[in-house]
Amino acid sequence: MKTLKRGAIRVPIILSVLTLITLWVAAIAPGGETTIQINSNATATGAAGEAFRFANIITSTAFSAWLTFGLTLLATALAWWFALTGRVASRWLSIGFGVVFVFNILISLFNGQTMTITALLHGSLSLAVPLIFGSLAGVLSERVGLVNIAIEGQLLAGAFVSAMVATLVQNPWVGLIGAMVAGAFVSWLLAVFAIRYVVDQIIIGVVLNVLVIGLTNFMFSTFMSANSQVFNAPPRLPSFDVPGLAQIPVIGPVFFSQTPIVYLMYVAVIGVWFALYKTRWGLRLRAVGEYPKAADTVGIKVYATRYRSVMIGGALAGLGGAFFTIGQSLAFGKEMTNGAGYIALAALIFGRWNPIYAAFAGLLFGFAENLQYSLSTVGSHVPSDFLLMLPYVLTVVLVAGLVGKVTGPAAAGKAYIKS
Amino acid sequence: MKLELRSITKRFGSLVANENVSLTVQPGEIHCLLGENGAGKSTLMNVLYGLYQADGGEILLDDKVVKFSGPGDAMAAGIGMVHQHFMLIPVFTVAENVILGHEPTKFGGVLDMAAARAKVREISDQFGFDLDPDAIVGDLPVGVQQRVEIVKALISNAQILVFDEPTAVLTPQETDELMAIMKALRDRGTAIVFITHKLREVKEVADKITVLRLGKVVGEASPDESASDLASMMVGRAVDLEISKSPAKLGDLSFVVSGLSAVSHSGTKVLDDVSFEIHQGEILVIAGVQGNGQTELTEAILGLMPKATGSIKLNGQELLGRPVKQVLDLGVGFVPEDRTDDGLVADFTIAENLILDRADRKPFVKGLNLQLKYLREFATKLVKEFDVRTQSIDTKAGKLSGGNQQKVVLARELSRELKLLVASQPTRGLDVGSIEFVHEQIVNTRNSGLPVLIVATELDEAVQLGDRIAVMYRGKIVGIVPSTTPREVLGQMMAGITA
Repeated sequence: MKTLKRGAIRVPIILSVLTLITLWVAAIAPGGETTIQINSNATATGAAGEAFRFANIITSTAFSAWLTFGLTLLATALAWWFALTGRVASRWLSIGFGVVFVFNILISLFNGQTMTITALLHGSLSLAVPLIFGSLAGVLSERVGLVNIAIEGQLLAGAFVSAMVATLVQNPWVGLIGAMVAGAFVSWLLAVFAIRYVVDQIIIGVVLNVLVIGLTNFMFSTFMSANSQVFNAPPRLPSFDVPGLAQIPVIGPVFFSQTPIVYLMYVAVIGVWFALYKTRWGLRLRAVGEYPKAADTVGIKVYATRYRSVMIGGALAGLGGAFFTIGQSLAFGKEMTNGAGYIALAALIFGRWNPIYAAFAGLLFGFAENLQYSLSTVGSHVPSDFLLMLPYVLTVVLVAGLVGKVTGPAAAGKAYIKS
Repeated sequence: MKLELRSITKRFGSLVANENVSLTVQPGEIHCLLGENGAGKSTLMNVLYGLYQADGGEILLDDKVVKFSGPGDAMAAGIGMVHQHFMLIPVFTVAENVILGHEPTKFGGVLDMAAARAKVREISDQFGFDLDPDAIVGDLPVGVQQRVEIVKALISNAQILVFDEPTAVLTPQETDELMAIMKALRDRGTAIVFITHKLREVKEVADKITVLRLGKVVGEASPDESASDLASMMVGRAVDLEISKSPAKLGDLSFVVSGLSAVSHSGTKVLDDVSFEIHQGEILVIAGVQGNGQTELTEAILGLMPKATGSIKLNGQELLGRPVKQVLDLGVGFVPEDRTDDGLVADFTIAENLILDRADRKPFVKGLNLQLKYLREFATKLVKEFDVRTQSIDTKAGKLSGGNQQKVVLARELSRELKLLVASQPTRGLDVGSIEFVHEQIVNTRNSGLPVLIVATELDEAVQLGDRIAVMYRGKIVGIVPSTTPREVLGQMMAGITA
């Protein structure tokens, strides 16, 4: 008998379990119809509008559930066949499965309602922006060997300072710069304590988070909220369409009719990826995060590289924080980042310390968070607590099941002490 | 390029690691730096490479004084170093490792990987290294990794190459190949500094020898001098390199391992059907390059690998499946390979370390009370018996020298009622005096009629100490041969070739 490689049947087993769930969803499917609206509402988008509109699709909820069951069954059979014949199934099989699976659950939940694809995506992106900036900060920091638990603090500092600075000078752009400085400052503190004073990186990260929460809360309640017109009424960053791209159906209004912070995010994701993997700067940075002594012996300045990289990361996290306030024309509120820094940390690990993967992971978490808002507004029949839980359960299953073992930078979390 | 070190002095606190060390290396010369562990060889080279700043003296290249504030400066000046612990990043490719620090770039700092690959191939071809620039370094065998390290030193056009204990991790065959590479480099005009404490290698490649002892140059020697003369210079007194050992008087068959297999956490087979037997009054040496299952074998015997399968029988009693404590109580003495981490508790005193394994029983405890008076008498007696050089039995074990630490471990293990002694690399990193002592204790144990199992990674030690030698390779016993077997054959076996 041919012996199966350990772990080879993990994917088919997970797919089998999920297929059983689709069967269950199909079996209890309500008898109504769901309307799928692909384009945005014409009135809600910018002046340009989309170049092409799809007709709305009206589907029987039960029919789509059974169709999904058929598709997932097929994919599962395929996965088993690959595993048993010793072949490696394409990752796209799992990804395609996941998309169909989630889409089907959405259709069931929106039964009797209109599900607007662009609205779902738009909401996801908005919630994902701080996560993605935060995970980039994590990538830059952990790749150079410092565990960055302080992303939350960097986001919050960015949100606070951008709101205040933008209000004081009545210019959102100056607010953006303030946010970057604030994020970089928090990460500078992290670096100083971790590198110069060799404090445990996890501990100093948590301490910094608590410190930023305390400081911003204190300043908010002592003078900011009482004089909100002076300190906390940031002007909005103008959003604009990217000519040409904004007219692409579905994608255009979602991704290319945004505030400048979102465009900066696209640039940052690609830029960080390119810098990390294609430039001398990135090679040295990664070397320091993997084996600082080896980097030292070829003349790379370990400490300077660490400070620089961590602070650039902090500046990016600051931009993510600014999105909470001037990015959405909101006043600063106590602890308004609400744990986004920790979710960014999860996105970073899910994304295997790779900026592009981490960005997609951020989008996925944003999508999960957005789901609960959109479903509660359409008044779904499913209990809201269950809805709150579902995306995370799915994420955990997908991460644990499909991502497998991941290894981060070898020297992350370890202080380098020059002899 | 000619290298000259003039009266280099380097202190660490009150410890003088190098004192007035002078050294001249001509281009096209292999200059051996010979000395025991702790003689200051590596410190001197780290000063040369800019990792340490000297407290006195100067470095001259081609008669010009140079100052290095870091390794980058030394590299730029044409000094390359092959480190004892490879300075390679396991997750990077060969090409990425080689170019790190002086990367070929295109516009805007973008890496030029095509140029990097070409460069690796060029140097690799010159020496017949056959390196794949895109291979991930962590996947390569140790010998190949060392070649990457050499290419890395050469790529910056190094005129002076320092090899820091390069043979510690190599098989005898790989060692021979390295020697050939060093000679080829010398013939090209490179000045080579070769740091080692292995006399055989010195005699084979050295053009000149400088001997260091306790941080000072004690003299120069030519490679024609006899090994024992070199050893005496290194140690500072006459040394008997041979272990005096009477022929083994074999007693009954005592220790039998059969079909022992084990799998590591990552799923690889670390022990693969290992079988051997040892008689009373016999030393069996497990030889092989480090990391071929020796550690796991000793751990399995001690009961640290509960998932191992097969059988380990001592005088008819099965050891496998028993907890460590029972194994020890059955009379297994164990000297672990890492004495500072596994053999001793560094923060405990010598006396406390001596009773680690029996602190739960009479006569050391009565009821709940430690019998401090008895403990002191016991420890004082053992410290004397095993010649542990210390001011007091209350000294912390971590403060002792390596040789004295090992004596404490031996004293503890040998003072029990033993039925079997297992010692893993018992002389690793020790000075010659301590090595002699440890060897003597091991031979005495064998002469007293105990079966002894020794793990050795150095062929010389294996051949001298063993009555028989079992060679391990990738978790398997390649063969069990008498200790009179020629070195070449043993070397081939260590590379997995059956005799």
